Amino acid sequence: MMSDQGVIWPKDDFSRVPYRVFADQSVFDREQERIFNGPVWCYLGLEAEIAKPGDFKTTFVGNTSVVVNRAKDGSLHAFENRCAHRGATIVREPFGNSADHTCIYHHWCYSQQGDLLGVPFQRGLDGKGGMPKSFNKKEHGLRRLKVASYRGVVFGSFHADVPPLEVYLGKAMLDILDTLFQKPVEVIGYMRQRMPSNWKLYWENAIDCYHAGLLHQFGTTFGLFRATQDGGSILGEQSGLSFCYSIFGSDDANVASGYEGIEAFNADMKLNDPSILEYVDEDGDGRGLIIMAIFPSVVFQRISNTLATRQIRPKRPGEFELYWTCFGYADEDPALRALRIKQNNLIGPAGLVSMEDGESGVLIQRAIERRRDAHSVIEMGGTGPIVDQDHLITEVSVRGFWQQYCDVMGYEPRRGDAA
Amino acid sequence: MSNWRDATNEVVNLVYDYVQILDDDRLEEWPELFVEDGVYRVVPRENLSMPHALPLIFCDNRAMLKDRVLALRTSSVFNLHYDRHIVSNVRVRGEKDGVYEVHSNYALFQTDLIEGETKLFVTGKYEDQIVFRDERPMFKSKLVILDTYSVPNLLATPI
Repeated sequence: MMSDQGVIWPKDDFSRVPYRVFADQSVFDREQERIFNGPVWCYLGLEAEIAKPGDFKTTFVGNTSVVVNRAKDGSLHAFENRCAHRGATIVREPFGNSADHTCIYHHWCYSQQGDLLGVPFQRGLDGKGGMPKSFNKKEHGLRRLKVASYRGVVFGSFHADVPPLEVYLGKAMLDILDTLFQKPVEVIGYMRQRMPSNWKLYWENAIDCYHAGLLHQFGTTFGLFRATQDGGSILGEQSGLSFCYSIFGSDDANVASGYEGIEAFNADMKLNDPSILEYVDEDGDGRGLIIMAIFPSVVFQRISNTLATRQIRPKRPGEFELYWTCFGYADEDPALRALRIKQNNLIGPAGLVSMEDGESGVLIQRAIERRRDAHSVIEMGGTGPIVDQDHLITEVSVRGFWQQYCDVMGYEPRRGDAA
Repeated sequence: MSNWRDATNEVVNLVYDYVQILDDDRLEEWPELFVEDGVYRVVPRENLSMPHALPLIFCDNRAMLKDRVLALRTSSVFNLHYDRHIVSNVRVRGEKDGVYEVHSNYALFQTDLIEGETKLFVTGKYEDQIVFRDERPMFKSKLVILDTYSVPNLLATPI
């Protein structure tokens, strides 16, 4: 397939990304069609959010509003939140409980599965008006998504031929979900950010191990994490799925050498109240940092003892919403819950190790919009094959994201130009 | 009683002094407006009704407030901007055991230092508990309710 609409990929190892993909409306529209309506699984939420029969929540797949329901028999269902009649948004509340859903406009009523149940005055009134006899409610249900859940994490897909969820995720990612969702979870709260930048800039950021200890100087300065810690990045069978991890406390001996010449590291700099740095090794694996990205819609994280999903909701080429769902385990003791809540100071829009991500996205968006034919350079960790890394000085998984992105978007990079 | 009037004047002044200190970028003075075990929480309005009312920023003592300032001054990277708080509808709701309940509304505008343009950043409500220490009013607790629970990009400097 030809590259089109002027989206040129100069290298076939995805070490060059054309800035056009962050700015063009045509690219954005194509993403909605090919990615978010394509053969992928998108994050819808957590089962814990819709625990009881009749519970529902509204969410997004790409920029399309979607309703997720739990039916009487406990099964999960999702449909596009758009009335089959005249197109009005049906469900307006973020959360609720209801046996069915009625559009406010003409009171067309739908089941939790999205079937059209009732049309007021379908047979008219006193022999006048009404729908034609040929009108068949069965033909006017809502557009449904396939829904699947793994360890209480709910995904949906608009595409008929999407592989089974567990095949899509692959073993490496399932292992991480097994860790993060090892026990039933409870949602602690939400954090939202409206980002004035392209959603894929955040995607690059989330899986970029290289930036963590540099952009986020709080971690470096006060000893939370450093690039000298043991860690790495692991790719899934599909390269748009990956996670990076680091082992807390693994580098105490070489901190100074690892940060020679970097001004911000100061072994004398201490917090007045270091309780925020306390870390409980819940699994005994020391993985104080796990960031897993599941193409194309969600990042799962454990940073110290904070647990969260981060849903990426594209709005326009230059805007997306980042929707954090912070959780803990339903049976955890109050002290651990309190520690998680305190550590949530680290993450979210005001997070001591995450606020910078908003600023870096804006700085890029501002600079590239007028330079759409130029491209970024992604070579840290090497060029060529996209493979697992056993260290943190790498951005190879960012190339992995672009590989899957191009595959789904139908973009073909230039051949034979790889370094 | 005139003591009540004097006291309420002082607690109301604290609410105004607080935002002026922030707007003047005198962040080092900000923790000093709280008692030693003072609590500062910025809570998105959608979280308020949930059991933990999860805050975006949560400091449960003055040392943590100082650490926020330390981070902003030494390690955090955020948008270059001026803050301007507008506070209105300040009401002293009552006093019990020396704790004054003071509610007010705020709007926080940010001016971007690159372009010089001003935008409404966030708006919401303050629910303060104010006590007197050595005849000086101080925050025992400041709850910042964030109506704008989808934060424009990032939240660095305190509200």
